[in-house]
Amino acid sequence: MLRKLFKFHGGVKPQTNKTESTTAPIGQVPLPDRLVIPLHQAVGGHPRPLVAPGDKVFKGQRIGGADGNLSSAVHASTSGIVRDVAPALMPHTSGLEALSVIIEPDGDDAWGQLDTINFRSAPPDEVRDYLRDAGVVGLGGAVFPSYAKLKPGKEGRLKTLVINGAECEPFITCDDLLMRERAPEMLKGIIAMRHMLQAEEVLIGIEDNKPEAVAAVQAAIAASGETGIEAVAIPTRYPAGGAKQLIRVLTGIEVPHGRRSTDFGVQCFNVGTAFSIYEALEFGRPLISRVVTVAGNVNAPRNYDVLIGTPMDHLVRLAGPRADTDRYIMGGPMMGVRLPRFDVPVVKATNCILVGSAALFPAPAPEMPCIRCGECAKACPADLAPFEMYWFSRAKNFGKAQEYHLFDCIECGCCSFVCPSHIPLVDYFRFSKSEIWAREREKEAADAARDRFEFKNYRQEREKQEKAEKLAAKAAATREKVAAEGAAPAADAPSAPAAKPKPSVDPAKLALIEAAMEKARQQKAQAAPKNTEVAAPEIKAEMAAIDARREAAGADKPADAPPASGA
Amino acid sequence: MINSPFVRKSASVQQVMLKVLLALVPGIAAYVWFFGAGILVQLAIASAAALAGEAAMLAIRGKPKAIFLTDLSAIVTAWLIALTFPPIVPWWLTVTGTLLAVVVVKQLYGGLGQNPFNPAMAAFCLMIVAYPALMSQWPAAGQLDFGTQLKLIFGGLRDVDAITGATPLDALRTALRGATNPDSPFHGLRASQLQDGPAFGMMGGKGGEWVALGYLVGGLWLIQQRIITWHIPAAFCGALFVVAGLMWGLHPDGFASPLFHLASGGAMIGAFFILTDPVSGATTARGKLLFAAGAAVLTFVIRAFGAYPDGVAFATLLMNILVPIIDMKTQAPVFGHKKD
Repeated sequence: MLRKLFKFHGGVKPQTNKTESTTAPIGQVPLPDRLVIPLHQAVGGHPRPLVAPGDKVFKGQRIGGADGNLSSAVHASTSGIVRDVAPALMPHTSGLEALSVIIEPDGDDAWGQLDTINFRSAPPDEVRDYLRDAGVVGLGGAVFPSYAKLKPGKEGRLKTLVINGAECEPFITCDDLLMRERAPEMLKGIIAMRHMLQAEEVLIGIEDNKPEAVAAVQAAIAASGETGIEAVAIPTRYPAGGAKQLIRVLTGIEVPHGRRSTDFGVQCFNVGTAFSIYEALEFGRPLISRVVTVAGNVNAPRNYDVLIGTPMDHLVRLAGPRADTDRYIMGGPMMGVRLPRFDVPVVKATNCILVGSAALFPAPAPEMPCIRCGECAKACPADLAPFEMYWFSRAKNFGKAQEYHLFDCIECGCCSFVCPSHIPLVDYFRFSKSEIWAREREKEAADAARDRFEFKNYRQEREKQEKAEKLAAKAAATREKVAAEGAAPAADAPSAPAAKPKPSVDPAKLALIEAAMEKARQQKAQAAPKNTEVAAPEIKAEMAAIDARREAAGADKPADAPPASGA
Repeated sequence: MINSPFVRKSASVQQVMLKVLLALVPGIAAYVWFFGAGILVQLAIASAAALAGEAAMLAIRGKPKAIFLTDLSAIVTAWLIALTFPPIVPWWLTVTGTLLAVVVVKQLYGGLGQNPFNPAMAAFCLMIVAYPALMSQWPAAGQLDFGTQLKLIFGGLRDVDAITGATPLDALRTALRGATNPDSPFHGLRASQLQDGPAFGMMGGKGGEWVALGYLVGGLWLIQQRIITWHIPAAFCGALFVVAGLMWGLHPDGFASPLFHLASGGAMIGAFFILTDPVSGATTARGKLLFAAGAAVLTFVIRAFGAYPDGVAFATLLMNILVPIIDMKTQAPVFGHKKD
């Protein structure tokens, strides 16, 4: 059956360079000397460390607990000893460090006790919690916690579940090989996701430069006997593997920036994620490894099943890096990030280690002025006008840049790819976005500071007033008491102090005092039974005795409510 | 550290400009065939002046010379000037026009990519205002041999009026205006009869229509090469055809046919090479249509009712003024915000 496919605007066709790494099957990697497992590997809150240096961990043991509304657990990739829980360099251009668990493998690679869950019988919330604790995140590169996406929309069901096997970035073939070798398992994961989302149909989108993968997935679907699941070959055009672009190609729906795709009846997952969900649900194995492509400036480009935390140079050594290697790029040449060092760890987001050299990825020609030729706009898959956004970004006119939909930019790199003036357009947009975020944060901080200041003023004012009221009430009470006590011997007391303050106190103040006294009485009335309620009998007796003593002494001041601490 | 993307298409400004120059070659070939090799001399003079002006300005502005002198953008401007000016203007006029275009209209506004006006058309307008007589003398096809042309260009021959006439566009307009005047020698003539004259070819001016065809061929190749899009040429030709056709249909004796308008003057070079200048033209799809249609209407109005032989240059500048607002108001909806 031929399905009607839709087009997304723009896109480019860079040289794919995919065949070299697909000749050999997915390889295994010998255990490295140590694993560096960053705790924060997914979108959302930073997981808290659950282990301490010296702890023995088994393979699959949770070492970082999900924290907050959106967070995903992290696990030990093999059995061994925790050597340290300390900041380590991240696989990111920034060169920043993040809290990581450093494990020295014991060589046994022994799993611990693994719990499974039946996704059909267990309540959906429990399955989601289970997947959160299994550390399953989107393996397409966005590393968004999958459990948070496994919720059907408002209607409780979904029209289409899109599975992303497009893999449009040049050089990367990890999804291709996964589909070729593990299609039946991946399909089981898809069936589980479909169940959780109550999805009517499942469309597995695969670029048509991967015929083996399409055939393998189709065979798996046929063998499973499932209906409503279809593997669709889509035209090869970068960035067809962008979630929004793939949804557009398969369903015709355009999910606008800032909207949930479930509002449109669609949800999208990567094929690797589907496989990880299968592993978690079927065997209770958390996400501790993934398929990683090693390609580029190596003698034998290949895919490997890699434990999370494996130092990249340990992995790349297997593929034989050439002598002139000067960089590793995580991801593909279009959107990948250049890494600060060779020994950074493989993380859940590592779909590819692109080994580079100055010869393979030459520096771009010098930047020329923009001639407004519009090539970038023709290539933009988000239908933006990059040359306009560039103009405003350069002028630091961020408001205007946003008016031209800066935040709809998916940073796919198509504009930079085609620009005849060699302008690094995406860099300008990244710069603008981060500037805008920084300014918003500054503004928020300023707003918060102002709020704090205003509240402090208000509090001081209020405290002053309360103090004045309290004082006034106290004074009035004292006067009353004095008046009551001295009612009989009025003649002895000097008449002036008793009578004098009366006319000087204005009626409003008197009313306030009256109100405060009333409040105090009420408080006392409320507080007394409350305290005695919780008090033990002997304490009650003691309190009664104190009350009696107080009454006898005639020192019961109405403004002094009994202390709240009570018993 | 260089960020992604790490790969790039092999494209450059130089490549774009080179393709524009190549696309002009069929038109130039027809020009040489019908009007003589004098135009090649003008192309050389203009190119040299453009490079000299560009080099001087780059030096004054402290900009890198090698990269900007070889981007070929100044040569494109120079060629457009040479091809739109009459082929027998004196060399100093070509030089002055080219220097104005490169130094004032382009470099003083910030150089490549920064000029709000099309440099070649701005130069044309300035020159036609400053030297209306010299800028209105067009030899007929095959009228002048190369030697005479050289003498005219380098000042050996002064008496221009004696040997050249106005463009067919100009001639036709003068004649048509005379047709309603009882004192005019053209009294009572119809447009169709006028076009039977020796200066006219099948559609436009004799020879000129073949040059226009050359521009059309080169322009279509530019579309095929994805250097320009179809919007501007289609909208310009379409709108010019419709407006001219409407007037001609209503009053066939008073106006030239729409095909004559398309095949004459700067219509074709304007549609494919001048209005399509990305720097000074509209950039959105709808904006390009508006921009070119507006230029076509203005071109017709200037041709039919104005005082200048052709209207493309003034129409281009007038529409250049409107480009910022046209672009701003015609931004296409972005992904996810389209109304299907």
